[in-house]
Amino acid sequence: MVTNLETSQQIDDAGIDLETKTLLEMYWQMVRARRLDERTWVLHRQGKIAFHISGIGHEGVQVGAAMALRRGYDYAHLYYRDLAFALVLGYTPREWMLSVFGKEGEPTSGARQMPSHWSNKKQGIMPASSPVATQVPQAAGMALASKLRGEDRVTLVSLGEGSTSEGDFYEGLNWAGVHKLPMICLVENNIYAISVPMHLQMAVPNVADRAPMFGIEGVVVDGNDVLASYRAIKEALERARSGGGPTLVEAKTYRPVPHSSDDDDRTYRSRDEVEEWKKRDAIKRFETYLLDKGILSGDMIEEIEGRVRLEVDEAQAAAEAAPYPPAENALFPVYAPADEA
Amino acid sequence: MADTPITIREALSAALREEMRRDERVFIMGEEVGVWGGTYAVTRGFLDEFGEKRVRDTPIAEMVIAGAATGAAMAGLRPVAEIMTINFAFLALDAIINHAAKVRYMFNGQFTVPLVVRTTTGGGKQLGATHSHAPEVIFAHFPGLYVAVPGTAYDAKGMLKAAIRDDNPVLFVEHSTMLQRRSPVPDDLDFTLPIGKSDVKRQGDDVTIVTYQKGLEWSMAAAEQLAKEGIEVEIIDLRWLRPLDLEPVFESFKKTNRCVIVEESLPHFNVGAEISAQLQEHMFDYMDAPIKRVSAMDIPLPYSRELELMALPSADKVVAAVKEVLGG
Ligand SMILES: Cc1ncc(C[n+]2csc(CCOP(=O)(O)OP(=O)(O)O)c2C)c(N)n1
Ligand SMILES: [Mg+2]
Repeated sequence: MVTNLETSQQIDDAGIDLETKTLLEMYWQMVRARRLDERTWVLHRQGKIAFHISGIGHEGVQVGAAMALRRGYDYAHLYYRDLAFALVLGYTPREWMLSVFGKEGEPTSGARQMPSHWSNKKQGIMPASSPVATQVPQAAGMALASKLRGEDRVTLVSLGEGSTSEGDFYEGLNWAGVHKLPMICLVENNIYAISVPMHLQMAVPNVADRAPMFGIEGVVVDGNDVLASYRAIKEALERARSGGGPTLVEAKTYRPVPHSSDDDDRTYRSRDEVEEWKKRDAIKRFETYLLDKGILSGDMIEEIEGRVRLEVDEAQAAAEAAPYPPAENALFPVYAPADEA
Repeated sequence: MADTPITIREALSAALREEMRRDERVFIMGEEVGVWGGTYAVTRGFLDEFGEKRVRDTPIAEMVIAGAATGAAMAGLRPVAEIMTINFAFLALDAIINHAAKVRYMFNGQFTVPLVVRTTTGGGKQLGATHSHAPEVIFAHFPGLYVAVPGTAYDAKGMLKAAIRDDNPVLFVEHSTMLQRRSPVPDDLDFTLPIGKSDVKRQGDDVTIVTYQKGLEWSMAAAEQLAKEGIEVEIIDLRWLRPLDLEPVFESFKKTNRCVIVEESLPHFNVGAEISAQLQEHMFDYMDAPIKRVSAMDIPLPYSRELELMALPSADKVVAAVKEVLGG
């Protein structure tokens, strides 16, 4: 199941039977997330926003996984790098911009929570935490709820490979394994946890190698291949729905940008390494594939880029024009009123 | 003995470096402490000087950081464990509170835990409620653990060195927005400050302000404003929440008969609650006005700039509280 990461520039489309329309939607979603993310870095450099944590490089696995879910039905408990994932599930560039500017009208949190802490109940996006891996036990609980209600809803939870060092990861997956909960744990392995390389996080070569200790299925997939990622999640989803229990899916990918706007990645990795990984960029690879198949053309790329730029421009302009939230926003009731239950 | 003005960051670095050179049982472990040199650059250069054996980048596992450090301490080493923010120390509460703090007592003194857990606290950087609270008071609830809350470079250095040399577990809390604050600090390799001694940071006869860390900054700024109006406050810096040294507070209160407690904690069950209780217990006869507390608002700290500022204490809020206890 492991694609050869050292050499692969290919897209593995075995068994994939998607309409042209869907393939083009995948491409558009990846480009859209990338351009929105790049613009956010610019805003940070211009001193217009306080902080950015980026999803650049992870668009392949995120778009592939999100497209495999039944959007708005399955639960997605995401982590901070999942901008592309959230966009596919229905989060909008405008909402993103309101969030990074901390402006009035930000729908996720009323501007009370940091950006990249996704949450949209209608879209099935569960509230993301800052302490890493805390979402794993929560996801197991969500999967339990679906199971007890007799629904075939599946919960996908994502996190980075470094975060799998936390006890929450083991405790959550162990319990999910015991009860064969309808759950997918997606690990986006970009081989660094800020500055700390993978070999200081774990002694196994693959996160997915740990699946047997939970009695669940483990799968490694090339996360820079959007179709391979789609297929891996689709299969895990089928397993979960048919009572086969959780799957631990590890997507190998890379973060070609600093961890966050507070990080300087030149202190812990070489430029050569970064350049090497950029050659395997998920968007370029999928673009080449679609061009070769005659599904995409130069003109279409231009049209998509133009459309995306317009959307990003509009999102930014709307957020810049929006007011800061009024002080009363801070007074949002901490407790649910008695009649809300 | 030259007193060089250095930053809190430099003071912490110097304390760690001096103690690591002095005692080879001292070692550092935590997330990002090695190659990156610490989330707040306190251990920059340490990997080169002391090597991987004594400067250990850990996995993202607060329970391992605090739990393994407790184990290493019980086995005779003197670990300095680093947890990125005190808000993530919640993931290690069992190790710190149920074990490090209690082992000596529960096992008849067989084991001591000479452990220092360094961590940062505080809001004001738009990092949201799960990164930004200042919940150090929770840790001060438990006997067996010392809680250090330095507010100047001088105190940071002397207190950290004392904490490393002490045989008890210490939660050493640094404020993430104060690391650049500068003050003169002795170069003397044996400069330490006693554990559990508060300090009078400003003298005045009108109102006693009891505070620590970020509260010290707000209070000092408030004192300047108040002085212009002829009000002189006395500021007591607790420096340690455990052991809690209230002698200077009582002494000051005998003179001022009025007290404001300033802290970044949430308002319920906070440091101010403890001190108010002790004042009414021990100083009832000297009390001329209700004691006021200035603390954060009773909400999870919001992200957006203005909301966050509104929720946190400020010099203006301290000024208002002082005037209130003066009946103004
Ligand atoms: C409990 C906890 N400890 C530490 C942190 C600080 N932190 C934020 S992201 C991060 C690195 C995570 O690395 P990884 O899981 O590999 O995800 P990546 O960022 O590489 O996608 C760390 C240490 C945190 N957010 N939560
Ligand atoms: Mg990673």
